[in-house]
Amino acid sequence: MEWLTLTIDGRTVSVPKGTTVLQACRMNNIPIPTLCHDPELTATGSCRLCIVDIEGMRNLPPSCVTQATQGMVVRTQTEKVRDARKTILELLVANHPLDCMTCQKMGSCDLAKYAYEYQVTGEAFAGGERRHLPIDDSNPFILRDPNKCILCGKCIRACEEVQGRGVLDFSHRGFNTQVGPAFDLPYAESECVFCGSCVSVCPVGALTEKQMAGQGRPWEVKKVQTTCPFCGTGCNFDLNVKDGKVIGVTSNPEAPVNGRALCVKGRFGMDMIHSPNRLTTPLIKKDGEFVEASWDEALSLVAEKLGEIKAQYGADSIAALSSARCTNEENYLMQKFMRAVIGSNNVDHCART
Amino acid sequence: MKTMKTLLDPCCGRCTHTPETPCRDYVRCQTEGPLCHDDPACRMERERLLRELKTEVGSQKQAVLFCTGTGCASSGSNKLIEIMDAEIKKAGLDVSVSTRPTGCHGFCEQGPIVIIEPAKTFYTRVKAEDIPEIVAKDLVGGERVEHLLYVDPTTGQAATTYANAPFYAKQHRIVLHNCGHINPERIEDYFAQDGYRGFAHALQDMKPDEVIEEVKRSGLRGRGGAGFPTGLKWGLCRQSAGDKKYIICNADEGDPGAFMDRSVLEGDPHSVLEGMMIAAYAIGADEGYIYCRAEYPLAIKRLEIAIKQAEEVGLLGDNILASGFNFRIYIKAGAGAFVCGEETALIASIEGKRGMPKVRPPFPAQQGLWGKPTNNNNVETYSNVPHIFRHGADWYAGFGTEKSKGTKIFALTGKVNNTGLVEVPMGMSLREIIFDIGGGILGGKKFKAVQIGGPSGGCLPESLLDLPVDYDTLVQAGAMVGSGGLVVLDETTCMVDIARYFLNFTQKESCGKCTPCREGTKRMLEILVRITNGEGKEEDIETLEKLAGVVKSTSLCGLGQTAPNPVLATLKYFRHEYEAHIRDKQCPAHACSALLTYTIDEEKCKKCGLCAKNCPVKCITGDKNTPYRIDASACIKCGTCMEKCKFGAVVRA
Repeated sequence: MEWLTLTIDGRTVSVPKGTTVLQACRMNNIPIPTLCHDPELTATGSCRLCIVDIEGMRNLPPSCVTQATQGMVVRTQTEKVRDARKTILELLVANHPLDCMTCQKMGSCDLAKYAYEYQVTGEAFAGGERRHLPIDDSNPFILRDPNKCILCGKCIRACEEVQGRGVLDFSHRGFNTQVGPAFDLPYAESECVFCGSCVSVCPVGALTEKQMAGQGRPWEVKKVQTTCPFCGTGCNFDLNVKDGKVIGVTSNPEAPVNGRALCVKGRFGMDMIHSPNRLTTPLIKKDGEFVEASWDEALSLVAEKLGEIKAQYGADSIAALSSARCTNEENYLMQKFMRAVIGSNNVDHCART
Repeated sequence: MKTMKTLLDPCCGRCTHTPETPCRDYVRCQTEGPLCHDDPACRMERERLLRELKTEVGSQKQAVLFCTGTGCASSGSNKLIEIMDAEIKKAGLDVSVSTRPTGCHGFCEQGPIVIIEPAKTFYTRVKAEDIPEIVAKDLVGGERVEHLLYVDPTTGQAATTYANAPFYAKQHRIVLHNCGHINPERIEDYFAQDGYRGFAHALQDMKPDEVIEEVKRSGLRGRGGAGFPTGLKWGLCRQSAGDKKYIICNADEGDPGAFMDRSVLEGDPHSVLEGMMIAAYAIGADEGYIYCRAEYPLAIKRLEIAIKQAEEVGLLGDNILASGFNFRIYIKAGAGAFVCGEETALIASIEGKRGMPKVRPPFPAQQGLWGKPTNNNNVETYSNVPHIFRHGADWYAGFGTEKSKGTKIFALTGKVNNTGLVEVPMGMSLREIIFDIGGGILGGKKFKAVQIGGPSGGCLPESLLDLPVDYDTLVQAGAMVGSGGLVVLDETTCMVDIARYFLNFTQKESCGKCTPCREGTKRMLEILVRITNGEGKEEDIETLEKLAGVVKSTSLCGLGQTAPNPVLATLKYFRHEYEAHIRDKQCPAHACSALLTYTIDEEKCKKCGLCAKNCPVKCITGDKNTPYRIDASACIKCGTCMEKCKFGAVVRA
């Protein structure tokens, strides 16, 4: 591998060829603010917050899309760079609601983080025009507030590049640019499958989990990594637990199987944990009505009935249908039970056709 | 012997050229043929048809040329042709006189324009009722119709011919040479003007690298704005690895007031195709796209006709002129986004995506359309190319300055007597363009500034009028050649308002991708609106300069990087106007209505009541016994009262 040597803020660093200036900085713990950058998504260089000063280049190039070259001299914290970053943040904040007190994103908002670092108060360009777009409250899962959107485009790329759906894109031009499904449809009427990938990459409060609204702040929540119980894929995610209660699910980028990707059930289906409708004991129908029973009672009943059928009609009168979404271990056990205990090869699963 | 009906017909059975069995000499044969056999009869037939197509001096036949460009067509020129055809027939002149629809002359304000060849008599603003007079007096009687001749507004002299009109006299038309003279819907008209000779020469006598060298030697630079050397661009694309390459012609002309590309497409579409073919051969491309804005329906129609004709004679398709070179051209109609003139946005748009610029590198020469090496030039650039290969790079480099070669077309408009398309050698001074060709300032008013280069350009004051117009000089002065818009401003134009106008345009046309362009231009515009409304604050100029600096240095594409230019240039040369608006709440040009007040001087007022009668909002009251007064709260500051008052009693402050 070819290595390049460059100077960043006076430090000599070596990086492999093909590294961007941003990657070179991050590899060497040199902080660079970014809003539109995501290592898993195509770099678009659109927020312009990661600009740096590079000797010999006109203007201030964005580090996320500038390739490091041999002998390059980079400065990340000059007055000109910091002033330009501050102005860019001021411009974003000037068109962003300052209702941080009630914003679900408070505590994990990237815009707020950098506004704090660069001391952007929201006073610059005060009195200028702001967007007043309707909030998309059309579905039970994702709350979309386009007025908070900073147009970084990460949701668009996540939908297109990670999930392969391509539901979102930019529309309109200039100051009126916005992000959304085609024809400005609400999510519920669009082709959205509510995987929530867009929510997982949004750096601000424009896309949030509806179930979590008002339920807890990031610093109050304990994140418990677990495996999704809905199917056998084995996705991992973080249960967000506050006061012993699960208030929602967030992606865990370290999840070995799925990264940040989840489906609608995994991300938004965990409300079943505390649902009053949830079955907590087996039910046995007695005199036409379901009656709560113990596990021993229920399993005994099933064993008894299966035994009766087998004795009366033979083992081949019994078949088992399992699910391709169960784990391999569960499916193995199912067929083993059928063959060894029941004595039948009548084994099938839902995805065979 | 069978006679030829058009130049495209084979002269006799010995001609074997078809697109399937191409003849190497087909193009040269059109004007010098026959080449494969010697037959005086065949030669005479060709010469006869060429004479008819060219109607040169000494020709037995006359041709009446009607401009059918968008401007003249909208003034009814197509109808005039029908009337003329009928009148010619009625007068029994149909053997000796023919009509010919042509492209644009670039003098649209004088349209519909009619030219009689071979005398080149130049008639302007021709109406239907003038046609019988032209037939009787000129075509039959051989006399000029005096009242239809163009009269120079400065000298009062009538121009007898096209070349005599001061508007044209100082121009040097290379790219526009055929516009207004040939029928753009007939490939044989183009052949008659040595069309496709440059392509045939490049294809048959030169290797691709030699073609690129020739373009480099000519000094041609991109005519779309930035002025990148064309030969260098072609060379980069040729060097890119890949067996599939594309050629793109950027016909997404969008600068306010600029219409040179439209005129070339409408008036001489084959010159653009020929330029693209030469580029394709040089680079090694076999497919090309013309990205033309859908608001140019006539240009698209004429391009479609031109492409079909070139295919029919075997100049587009496979094994062109038996060379083994294949090339096809497609048209993509743009959906109206200004930013699609930026090449990466244009490519995205052809691919069916939203037209948004992408970060470069990779440059299109490395990864362009569908990820393949792509060369992109604009219409005017391509239509310069055939001339370089017809006359040679040295000939071409003989025009212009040391670093800016050839001619450039400018769209001259604004407060100037002659508006239209002006093609001049690079390096001509602004003064010559505005005062000699443009005929000076309208209404005898005082020149204030000239806005050059469209929304990305800047405004230059009177002190810089003697600057030579070339790429580098203009950039140094804070403007740019850009696509060639030249808007002349007089003393009644407010420079803050001009900056506001252009920023309003760029703000609306920003694609919205990068923060500084999308949000920064909006805040700059808000400040400019505030200043022109008389609500400017002392710190506004400083904020404008700061924002302009950030937008320029951090925006993603050329649109954002140049959007602050009109503000910076007006601040550089006309800062006092900003200060007058902010500090004194006055507009020195008396153009910003919010800063004007109209009052009536009672001593001068003769109580005639003309002001009150003409006031559109009826805010002036008074009668013979009561002094006339203007209600300032209702006044819309239109200035009608001041114009109507014969005694100078209405005072504007």
